[in-house]
Amino acid sequence: MNLTPFIDGSYGITVLFLVGIFGLTYVRYRSAVKRLAAVEKRP
Amino acid sequence: MTDNILAPEAIPAYPTGSWLHRYANPGRFLRLAQPALPWLAAFSIILTVIGIVWGYVFAPADWEQGNAARIMYVHVPAAWVSMAGYAALAVCSFFSIVWRHPLADLAAEEIGPVGAGFTFVCLISGALWGKPMWGAYWVWDARLTSVLVLFFLYLGHIALIRAFDNREHGYRAAAILALVGAVNLPIIVFSVQWWNTLHQGNTISFSGGSKIYVTMLYPLLIASVGFYMCFLTLVTARLCSAIMERKTRALLLAAAERGA
Repeated sequence: MNLTPFIDGSYGITVLFLVGIFGLTYVRYRSAVKRLAAVEKRP
Repeated sequence: MTDNILAPEAIPAYPTGSWLHRYANPGRFLRLAQPALPWLAAFSIILTVIGIVWGYVFAPADWEQGNAARIMYVHVPAAWVSMAGYAALAVCSFFSIVWRHPLADLAAEEIGPVGAGFTFVCLISGALWGKPMWGAYWVWDARLTSVLVLFFLYLGHIALIRAFDNREHGYRAAAILALVGAVNLPIIVFSVQWWNTLHQGNTISFSGGSKIYVTMLYPLLIASVGFYMCFLTLVTARLCSAIMERKTRALLLAAAERGA
């Protein structure tokens, strides 16, 4: 049996998950920092 | 109450003044966590990349399983993090129920999706290992089934928090679910000893007698530390975001009340 698709699939899913969740978390974090800074600057 | 958790009056006055309650202050947590975040992120990415590349490219093939054993370098760390994440969720729920720790509910809410993600990776990578090794993607084996139950517990926790109009009620209900569900953790760990499972037994033992050679153990440990660091980084960043979002909401609400 050709094992490559199973190995690549496992690593692919893992890397996609890690990149995806890091990306989403970073976007949320930057957005939270920016929104808080904007609200705190208001008179 | 949760909308103004950063207000000083929202922080319960604890008679003991212990370190635990000192850090119950979300503002203090934010001041400590934000400078640490870039370092946490850098270490977690470096360790995870080293562990994954070492396992995928440089680690030797197993004498019996061949290259399929390489799946272990993502499957095992994901499994460990999914269980550690649920243990953290249960501890936060305990603090939430017993001490009404202001950060505990927020931490539990942010741990849920990250833990569910790692559990999903564990289940998928396990299925992709099972097909060439067992001839089936899935069997109703005690270890596999108990990890599937763990995944559903994470999903239940995520759903229960959002199931009530009053978020406080959701936090209480989800905390009880998390504590009850913690009984599943020893079942996962000991399932391969208590029942005759298709899933292999424990290969690594911290009390000695590990059945894995160092050329495979080192990349596995590095990938595991990397995954743990990823979990810590993600939860810390999400917790900081949640605190800032609530502070923003509280400030906007206060401004609206002043204008009214």
